[in-house]
Amino acid sequence: MHDSPKFKIPLGPQHPALKEPASFSVALKGEKILGVEIRLGYNHRGIEKACEDRTYTQDIYLIERVCGICSHSHSTCFIQAVEELAGLAVPKRALYMRTLIGELERIHSHLLWLGVAGHEIGFDTLLMYTWRDREVVMDLLAELTGNRVNYGINTIGGVRRDITPAQIKKTLKAMDILEERTKYYIEVASQETTLIERLSGIGVVLPEDALRLDAVGPTARASGIARDVRRDDPYAAYGDISFDVITDNHNDVYGRTLVRVKELLESYKIVRQVVEKMEAGPITVKAPRKIPAGEAISRYEAPRGEDAHYVKSNGTEKPERVKVRAPTLANVQVVKHMLKDRYLADMSIVIAAIDPCFSCTDRSIEINNLDNKKTKVITWETLHTQGIAWHRKHGIDFTSLNKRLKARIK
Amino acid sequence: MFSALFAMLIFPGFIFVSAFGLAAEFFDRKLHARLQNRVGPPWFQPVADMIKLLAKEEVIPSDANPTMFRVTPIFALTSVVTAFLYLPLWQTHSPFAFNGDVILVLYLLTIPTLAFFIGGWYSTSLFSRIGSVRVITQLFAYEIPLFMGILSAALLADTWSLQGITEFYSRHSWLLLCNILGFSVSLIALLGKLEKVPFDIPEAETEIVAGCFTEYSGRSLAIFRLTLDIEMVVGAALLAAVFFPMGAGVNGPLRFVFFIIKVLFIVGLISLLRTVMARLRIDQMIRFCWKYMVPLAFLQLILNLILKGILFI
Amino acid sequence: MKPGKMIREVLRTFLKKPVTNLYPYQKLAMAENFRGKLSFETSKCIGCKICVRDCPSGAITINKVGEKQFEAVIDLGRCIYCGQCVDSCPKKALAATADVELAQLGGTKLTVLLKCDDSVSISTPAPAAPETPKE
Repeated sequence: MHDSPKFKIPLGPQHPALKEPASFSVALKGEKILGVEIRLGYNHRGIEKACEDRTYTQDIYLIERVCGICSHSHSTCFIQAVEELAGLAVPKRALYMRTLIGELERIHSHLLWLGVAGHEIGFDTLLMYTWRDREVVMDLLAELTGNRVNYGINTIGGVRRDITPAQIKKTLKAMDILEERTKYYIEVASQETTLIERLSGIGVVLPEDALRLDAVGPTARASGIARDVRRDDPYAAYGDISFDVITDNHNDVYGRTLVRVKELLESYKIVRQVVEKMEAGPITVKAPRKIPAGEAISRYEAPRGEDAHYVKSNGTEKPERVKVRAPTLANVQVVKHMLKDRYLADMSIVIAAIDPCFSCTDRSIEINNLDNKKTKVITWETLHTQGIAWHRKHGIDFTSLNKRLKARIK
Repeated sequence: MFSALFAMLIFPGFIFVSAFGLAAEFFDRKLHARLQNRVGPPWFQPVADMIKLLAKEEVIPSDANPTMFRVTPIFALTSVVTAFLYLPLWQTHSPFAFNGDVILVLYLLTIPTLAFFIGGWYSTSLFSRIGSVRVITQLFAYEIPLFMGILSAALLADTWSLQGITEFYSRHSWLLLCNILGFSVSLIALLGKLEKVPFDIPEAETEIVAGCFTEYSGRSLAIFRLTLDIEMVVGAALLAAVFFPMGAGVNGPLRFVFFIIKVLFIVGLISLLRTVMARLRIDQMIRFCWKYMVPLAFLQLILNLILKGILFI
Repeated sequence: MKPGKMIREVLRTFLKKPVTNLYPYQKLAMAENFRGKLSFETSKCIGCKICVRDCPSGAITINKVGEKQFEAVIDLGRCIYCGQCVDSCPKKALAATADVELAQLGGTKLTVLLKCDDSVSISTPAPAAPETPKE
């Protein structure tokens, strides 16, 4: 058997398998993968820098638009950090509302993921069915919050909208419909031969590797690591609600599918408890415009894993520094490990199995000197001055543009 | 001479089989959509797609061989249209029938696969090269069960011509039931030939963009797509002719209507199968074909041999 | 282990009506409190410009058009339909409607700012419009 040819295939930045641009350069030998080089950064929009020029209230909406699918996660995580800095005691009803919307978002995200996974393995019927059922959740969210994505339900000190008894009834009915459909999907996932054949045994991450590579979310939970911020570090109303943390022992993409589908059932349970335990009361507390100086970190269990936000304030209306660490950044490092000695056909489903959201991820910049393999970390100020100098050298001067921008925002 | 030209170009030749192929594509897509709770395309969608593709500019990669690039689609189209000429439409035999035309049709059906391979290879882009390698690898897997399934039915009829098969099974209709195993194996192998899910590995959209068709655009792509549609019709018609040769003993328009119904039934089965399954990986597909399909086809062959020995000593 | 597990469900779906909404032949109704285009009541506005300050994208501008009369000019392209201005306004002069069909063909129709005022007619003359009687 003579040697199959070795070549490099570019999977991205533009590729039908990827929903967002990211570059995976695969070195192939025949159909076997020798190595993967990952480059991110195609979705970098400068959100963290833009946050520094806007007030906290304006920042809620900006941070929400980091990602369309986990918008509420980012918004709530940010707000929790700001409220901690301001020392506000958010009313109970607001916390329950946040939990409710958070779980509805988890439902919609997992159903979306099921559809995308189906599409990646050529199972379009699953895509059509799960996205049809997702419409139930989207319409419910539109009714409760006023928009299908980017809900805008958070404000500093609480939430902006309350839930009426009629809406509660609609919610419960939607949960019943979705529970029946989800049980059918669990049946399909555990019995459909082609699906099991396609998803089993690939993207394998053993528990010790998952711990070492810092996987988060369903990616880690499918390897048996029971890590869930909702239970380990309860925020919002999760302290009062009982639910199970779903883990699985398959260690592969099939395990991740099962974890996500079972998490859907847990979400229905949580939503029903939230709606039942919600007490009457105010939904917001008056918040100051100027947040006192300090730093705060807040964590949130987004549908994809642990989301962490860091906010540094300096006593003015605008934050000094906002940093967003999305779960995909932690999980994308595991992809390299997963793809060792696998086939090309598995690439797209393995990448899809960590539920990548590169919009969330593109924040940090790390300069790697490829010649001498030395890495160095550049501080913010150095990057700022270097950037201005580089642009000036090429004839671009931003000072007048900056002045106009500042005048516009005011 | 004129009747031969008419048969080759108009009916049942190029014009008719193209129209039938486009209609079958519409039927397949509409059924697929309705099974997924969607509306599906209107009846003129395949025609509109063809016209749109024919009107677009053809972009040939600079590294590719322009002659081969342009010739391969025509090569593929010619072979499938020729294959259709040998299938019985309104009589028990086609106007060009001869002894051995079953084998000819099967061989003519292999040519499009080779054309995809050559077209993809001469495109010189990475995705098309991987696609074409997959096409040939898949050929090794489904070809044997397909041949064995169809030829075992022909074996029982003791003839290699489609006319002989049709006439034999019209006389002994109950023997059709013995061929059910062969029919199932051939249907699944046909899914491999037509590159439909679960065997649409060479054209896997989410892995290698479009496989061998990645660099094709404009007229050549239109011809390739037409080839795929006609290949589906030819494959379905071949299965219908060999495994369901019922015609109520009448020639003429009634048998023609039966033919259309049989072909659409098989196209419907193909559509249903592609709706409910996911795509396999190439190594899984080869393992499946050689582990399950070849033994079953072999079993059908042995069964037919024994039956033939018992019944027709 | 069965391949084609979804066959029964799929065949059952075949007999049902498709769930697709044939937009634009069939109208799609949004939820009642959907955040679409804004509406503005001139009579309630006091010109404090808190909405301008709080808008995340700088989409709304308040212009003075007469004695204690203000008009709001909204750039539909810049508006992110978050409704913060609605919440910030102390006099509840702004509200969100469920009008979401806001696409325009020309850039100018969207970016050159759609006027947005409601119900009560203002005493300023409207350009090239028939005379509206003073209320």
